[in-house]
Amino acid sequence: MSGGHHAHGSYQPTTGIGRWIDARLPLPRLMYDSFVAYPVPRNLNYAYTFGGILTIMLVLQIVTGVVLAMHYGANTVVAFNSVEHIMRDVNSGWLIRYMHANGASFFFIAVYIHIFRGLYYGSYKAPREMLWILGVIIYALMMATGFFGYVLPWGQMSFWGATVITGFFSAIPLVGEWVQQLLLGGFAVDNPTLNRFFSLHYLLPFMIAGVVVLHVWALHVTGQTNPTGIEVKSKGDTVPFSPHATAKDAFAMFVFLAVFAYFVFYIPNFLGHPDNYTPADPLKTPAHIVPEWYYLPFYAILRAITFNIGPIDSKLGGVLAMAASILVLFFVPWLDTSKVRSAVYRPWYKLFFWIFAADCLFLGWLGSKPAEGAYVVMSQIGTLYYFGFFFIIMPLLGLIETPRRLPNSITEAVLAKQKQPAAAALPASEPAGHH
Amino acid sequence: MHSILKGLAALGLVLAAGAAGAQEHAAEGDHAEGGTPHYPLVAPVEQDWSFAGPFGTYDIGQLQRGLKVYRESCAACHSMRLVPFRSLEALGYNEAQVRTIAAEYTIVDGPNASGDMFERPGVPSDRFPSPFPNAEAAASANNGAAPPDFSLIAKARTVTRGFPTFVFDIFTQYAEGGPDYIYGLLTGYTEAPASFELQPGTHYNPHFINGAAFSMPPPLQNDQIEYDDDTPRTVDNYARDVAAFLMWAAEPHLEARKKTGFVVMIFLVLFSGLVYLTKRKIWGAVAH
Repeated sequence: MSGGHHAHGSYQPTTGIGRWIDARLPLPRLMYDSFVAYPVPRNLNYAYTFGGILTIMLVLQIVTGVVLAMHYGANTVVAFNSVEHIMRDVNSGWLIRYMHANGASFFFIAVYIHIFRGLYYGSYKAPREMLWILGVIIYALMMATGFFGYVLPWGQMSFWGATVITGFFSAIPLVGEWVQQLLLGGFAVDNPTLNRFFSLHYLLPFMIAGVVVLHVWALHVTGQTNPTGIEVKSKGDTVPFSPHATAKDAFAMFVFLAVFAYFVFYIPNFLGHPDNYTPADPLKTPAHIVPEWYYLPFYAILRAITFNIGPIDSKLGGVLAMAASILVLFFVPWLDTSKVRSAVYRPWYKLFFWIFAADCLFLGWLGSKPAEGAYVVMSQIGTLYYFGFFFIIMPLLGLIETPRRLPNSITEAVLAKQKQPAAAALPASEPAGHH
Repeated sequence: MHSILKGLAALGLVLAAGAAGAQEHAAEGDHAEGGTPHYPLVAPVEQDWSFAGPFGTYDIGQLQRGLKVYRESCAACHSMRLVPFRSLEALGYNEAQVRTIAAEYTIVDGPNASGDMFERPGVPSDRFPSPFPNAEAAASANNGAAPPDFSLIAKARTVTRGFPTFVFDIFTQYAEGGPDYIYGLLTGYTEAPASFELQPGTHYNPHFINGAAFSMPPPLQNDQIEYDDDTPRTVDNYARDVAAFLMWAAEPHLEARKKTGFVVMIFLVLFSGLVYLTKRKIWGAVAH
């Protein structure tokens, strides 16, 4: 049942001012019920800490971004130099800019772990379809924001990446060229493009923040899933958010920030492309145009379609395949026919899930390779499995797979695991509880 | 958690095997097609740099020698339009010395009150100018390709490391691909093999990132530049010193970054530990 209902009304303002505010705008009550008394399943593992990590990363990106915008010039004449001005002359500018650039990458690392956690534990299944769809919308907004942001330093990869990606839209029949010109503000990537991309790059994070509020709202209506996939049945299945989840989330967050800091301070250009330290030159095409690493799997899918399908030429086919590879996520709640939620009790789904995760990394690697020879064939195989996982394995497996026996409750799963801690080390036995 | 770890381990194995096989396959494919070879023909060799690693610092003496190499050889064609003379104080020069260095350059300024451009000696707030009046003049004087600006060259030229090396690079903190490349390029001129057709006006260098030959003639010879210290005047030392200098030019705050990083890492690791102990105490009473 709804976690929120257990806690509702437990907030007791102790001061006069507190009671006065509570009677007029119960914002402290909302915060208390959402982040203090809010009950969470007692068996959440560290895979469930990435929601909190993502919140911190969003705040970090907005704060560093706002400061960067104070020193940045969104004009093709000055953009590149203004970024270097930040790197060289602005106090701690190098730190803020490296945090922002690497922060984007770590935002995506966190969101990918978050999404894969959802796919593994079946977090998208009823009644959490809306929660999942809001998450996919956030992810789509993040991709757009990341793309716009990468164009702003106006380096070679900024320019040519923007040229390639806006070029996709020209493949759409009838309106394609119009859409492309609207995006570019002209016929090629130029100053109007940079101006509108900067404007949108500043706008979208606040839209993300808005959808995050809806995402958290939807989460608090249905309550969290957990590694067993069994709904909370009694108060004993849960612990209050504070201090339990707060402490666990905080620990995960600091470990994550330590890894992030390692990149920022020691290898800040590891995730970037060297060509972006060369100013944009419309007359010089780089040898290989590659997007940022977090788009590489989709880039591989785009380039895997090298053949015409009836009236659809390979260019439109590639764009459609790439769009479909993201849009398919919206339909996952209905593509999965299994009655059991968590992969813990679905031996075959678990296998296909890990192959899918490997396939995504494989496609990512292929996206960084030139589209020629054996790489194309490998991309096609990878693309085939990508769609096969969603359209064939997910619907069929739910119908034919025999799941393991489910425990009766979260508490039973947890206590069963407590009784046989030694057995957990043996690979043959699968303890019911996950953490 | 346990089965997640197992899953991750399996995933790693599958990927390593898959990618290794795939790479072999792709390499064969290139060979069979006789397609374009991969440049550079010779990958950069990792050198020892004082600024590598978590506690790396620039070697001031080396940077001063590198500056001399840049000024007396590279600067004949290559500008550093983002590097102001004032920043040379980081190389151990005092204000007067920086003024002297700046004044040795001629800067085109203006327009003045009567609307004319004029020339004046450089001041510390000026940047290393280009010897050419504009990019077109630079290109026209150099076989059609303008010599690139050197402000960021040490970060703009790194050779892709490929899988799995780039994964190890995270742990070894390898971030010296730029200077390694510059050093390799400057010491990499050789005779072209008999089978190679060298275009007139180009010079064979298997270390070049965009082809087998390029238009820059070997810029350094032994004994070409007088060092102020007793460092041997060899091409090898010139190349090494100018590569280090260009890394400084591209990343002037490297030392501050690594020093700050050390404090930040200590804090984050210790604080994570404290939060972990807190978390354990809180969860101690709850089976989970």
